[in-house]
Amino acid sequence: MAVEATARSEELEGYWQRLGCRFALVDAVFDECMKEALTSLSPAGLDAYLDNARFIGKMGRGAEPLLVYLEDAPRVAVLVGEQSLTDLREFAYYMSTHTNFKAIVPFLQTCAAAAECLPTQELFKQYVELVRDMMDRTTGSVHGHHTTFASPGLPEMLKQVPSILSLVPLGGFKNWIDYGIRYYNDHPERQIEYFSLQSADSKAVLQRERHGTLFIDNERKLDLYLRGLWQDPEQLVPYSQVFDSLTKPTPYYDDDGIRVPDVFDDLGDIRGIERYRAALAHMAAHRRWSTKMVVDNWSPFQRLGVEVFEDCRVDFLTMQRFPGLRRLFLALHPIPDERLLDNPEASAIRVKLAMVSRAMLDPDYEYKNTDIREFANRFHEAMAAGESSSPEMSRLGLSFIARMRRQSDLSPNVYFQDTEVDYRDDNRHLWIYLEKGDDEDTLFEHLDIKKKEEEELHALPPRHYDEWDYSNQSYRPDWASVYEMKHPGGSPAKVDALLEKHAGLAKRMKRILDLIKPQDKVRIRYQEEGSELDLDIAIRSLIDYKAGSQPDPRINMSHRTDGRNIAVSLVLDLSESLNEKVQGSGQTILELSQEAVSLLAWSVEHLGDPFAISGFHSNTRHDVRYYHIKGYNEPWDDSVKGRIGAMQAAWSTRMGAAMRHAGHYLKAQPADKKLLLILTDGEPADIDTRDPQSLIQDARQAVKELDRDGIYTYCINLDPKADEYVSDIFGRQYTIVDKIEQLPVKLPELFIALTK
Amino acid sequence: MENKEQYKVRSEPFYQAQGDEVALYEAAYNARLPVMVKGPTGCGKSRFIEYMAWKLNKPLITVACNEDMTASDLVGRYLLDANGTRWLDGPLTIAARIGAICYLDEIVEARQDTTVVIHPLTDHRRTLPLDKKGELIEAHPDFQLVISYNPGYQSLMKDLKQSTKQRFTGFDFDYPDAALESEILAKETGLAIEVCGKLVQIGQAARNLKGHGLDEGISTRLLVYAATLIKNGVETKAACRMAMVRPITDDADIRDTLDHAIDAAFG
Ligand SMILES: Nc1ncnc2c1ncn2[C@@H]1O[C@H](COP(=O)(O)OP(=O)(O)OP(=O)(O)O)[C@@H](O)[C@H]1O
Ligand SMILES: [Mg+2]
Repeated sequence: MAVEATARSEELEGYWQRLGCRFALVDAVFDECMKEALTSLSPAGLDAYLDNARFIGKMGRGAEPLLVYLEDAPRVAVLVGEQSLTDLREFAYYMSTHTNFKAIVPFLQTCAAAAECLPTQELFKQYVELVRDMMDRTTGSVHGHHTTFASPGLPEMLKQVPSILSLVPLGGFKNWIDYGIRYYNDHPERQIEYFSLQSADSKAVLQRERHGTLFIDNERKLDLYLRGLWQDPEQLVPYSQVFDSLTKPTPYYDDDGIRVPDVFDDLGDIRGIERYRAALAHMAAHRRWSTKMVVDNWSPFQRLGVEVFEDCRVDFLTMQRFPGLRRLFLALHPIPDERLLDNPEASAIRVKLAMVSRAMLDPDYEYKNTDIREFANRFHEAMAAGESSSPEMSRLGLSFIARMRRQSDLSPNVYFQDTEVDYRDDNRHLWIYLEKGDDEDTLFEHLDIKKKEEEELHALPPRHYDEWDYSNQSYRPDWASVYEMKHPGGSPAKVDALLEKHAGLAKRMKRILDLIKPQDKVRIRYQEEGSELDLDIAIRSLIDYKAGSQPDPRINMSHRTDGRNIAVSLVLDLSESLNEKVQGSGQTILELSQEAVSLLAWSVEHLGDPFAISGFHSNTRHDVRYYHIKGYNEPWDDSVKGRIGAMQAAWSTRMGAAMRHAGHYLKAQPADKKLLLILTDGEPADIDTRDPQSLIQDARQAVKELDRDGIYTYCINLDPKADEYVSDIFGRQYTIVDKIEQLPVKLPELFIALTK
Repeated sequence: MENKEQYKVRSEPFYQAQGDEVALYEAAYNARLPVMVKGPTGCGKSRFIEYMAWKLNKPLITVACNEDMTASDLVGRYLLDANGTRWLDGPLTIAARIGAICYLDEIVEARQDTTVVIHPLTDHRRTLPLDKKGELIEAHPDFQLVISYNPGYQSLMKDLKQSTKQRFTGFDFDYPDAALESEILAKETGLAIEVCGKLVQIGQAARNLKGHGLDEGISTRLLVYAATLIKNGVETKAACRMAMVRPITDDADIRDTLDHAIDAAFG
């Protein structure tokens, strides 16, 4: 590698040609940038990266914008998605055509830091919008002339972005910008001072915006909260309300996860973190106890009524479970003023709902209205019998609305004051509308396509394995056919680049590895019989003896050579789901697995343990594929790296069969200790097996068989929902990696911990 | 000959059965089969054995294993004294002679060359050779060997050898379900059952975090500690934090979450 430092590999030369650029400065860093891009971007992302870079290079603004883009864009793409590769270029171009070309470089230089603070696609887009808005408003045209002058404050502001965004939420950033524009739009000098955070008022305004509890500072705590107290592994995704500061932030949840505001201010003496927890508790309670309702025929008022009763039901159950939350819920719940009901001119529907809500939850609430009292009592009767149900609450809600409706409710003049319950979500998950209709016909189409692929040739005759039928507690003989083949190879460059990317980590690991690496001789102290006298202990014993107390007879030591005798087989799940993108990173699970496996292989190679790697997936029991990637005694060389680099994911996960096959080889290894590591992102499943328990139970059985053969099985699971089944299969021998991005670091660490 | 009586469990230990383990153990004992009890730390393994020894009215000799332990620590050794040397039986030898239940706690901690000395006692031979003394002991008909083993170590190196494992009948223990665990706390400490239920709720929150920053959840033992402190007048939440949270983690986020769980459970 070092011999020809200046020559490009053929692959890189191809990319360089595509960039079509002649800047020497860019030439010097291009290879480094490409290596990073290759490891962090998808093939489509790589295309976008090169195309957009080419565009920036030809914008006529010199080498620097291109340099910065090449260096920083991949990082941004990893954090907020590959769409940003194009967004960044478009915005850079927009700046350049609006006379603000001097701001391009500061913008690109700080976009990675901005993405760190705003780690979703949506938030990052809002950030770019804010910058665009600031630029448009501060870019001026001089009266009567066609010339325009560039925004004075923009480049300065962009330089401050990293520090600002780590202090305030996006909404605070916007307010700070607005203030600066309001007062200094006509004073270029002062504007610069303000936006470079030098003037006193600039600092003061920013300080004023620094309040509340930021989601990014508490993400892990909230994750743990949801998992620990509610056993709910759902993703938390922050959102910002920069462009909508009027409505109160309302959490909600949908298929993308649980959405919470990026900041919660303290409310009275209730801290922001408590508001987060109250909101999460309420949503988790819905997720546990609520069922969906068909609502096509309900009026908006009726929906309002039903949701209040359902909200109260889940709150009530929550407070039963966690009495400590009662104080928090009630503190965040308004105490509606009954006198508002007397005004015949205004709609008090919200007041009535808030009253009944308070009355249902707070036994100390004082009010006179007998209707409200009746409904509160009916609610308590329903809850006295148990958990009640969403349908029962909908009946209560509907009759409440029927009873309480007044003509005045239709008045446009609605009382909102003291009617909103802070911690409640918007309940979009409760409703089903039949009209819109999900078409169910398309659901099964894709199943047919798979059939065609069956004719591919199989290299070796299959091996058949029994499968465990838990419903009959017996084996189905020779049930699964496993075809083993060598994994197709590819270029080792990708894996080399991955290893280089983690060079720092590798260096740290090497130090640890050296510590656990078998030394030629290991000293064993405290031996009654041994090869040598252990002087320290002998002298101590002699003293004890002379002093008349009982001497320790274990005064010898002996040596043992080479304590480490472990064979390891790593089995990789290569099923379709690995192609999914990891949230908040541009990489797929497969790509992260490649990194992790490369690092692990490198580590194990360093220790010298016999180590095999294989991958598997399945397409019914007739076609379980088992790919040979590295054999126990095969060196960690280019052909192995090439196979790892070429790994592809498809089909399903028939785990038991693959484990048995891996075990079949591992059993034959002469080592004292045998470790079978299985890396997977989901539960065992296959398209010919309906009952989800069936393959789970088979995998569990396979683990037992392996244990009987002296093989220790350990699962590294990337599925956040794995808690539901992983211990059924692996007992206590598993770890769930929550942050898949960390897999490359975690996997080798785990291996070291397991074998230390 | 040692005095058997000194090893008897004098009064009935409180043990709350989780299933049919008592009957199964009796069956294993009647056939003199060696027993292995598996389960996470502090879930009642030692208590169970103590209870069974009492119920069967047999002496119980417990050895806590550690990694510096050698075979001599189990079988015995010559000691020096004023007149020369004198043989002293180790706990395993005593148990085999007097017909006790010998309980090797946390056997995985011991080195493997130590664990092999139990092999001849665990098969049909039921003998124990004292090589240094040149004596072969036939185990007393009442003798039984029990080992405990915590599979939660998650280390291949701390796993038992297959040849050792395969000599035992196994009992799998785990933390009991919420209702049963609350009952255990209440009976063990005399604390009101409602309060015990909340302690268990907090314990379960911690167990949900296992694998997400916690290696082990909160054990029944720690719950008993907390209940005891509360019973003795320590303020409830302070007792929980001290007995249940501080010992298991230094991770600030997890502490915070468990502290919140305590507040949520007790209000
Ligand atoms: N089933 C039970 N009945 C009565 N007490 C129990 C039971 N389970 C646990 N306990 C209580 O938990 C405490 C810890 O149990 P024990 O010492 O038996 O744990 P262990 O499983 O042996 O733990 P370790 O593996 O750490 O030695 C006991 O002192 C007792 O108070
Ligand atoms: Mg114990």
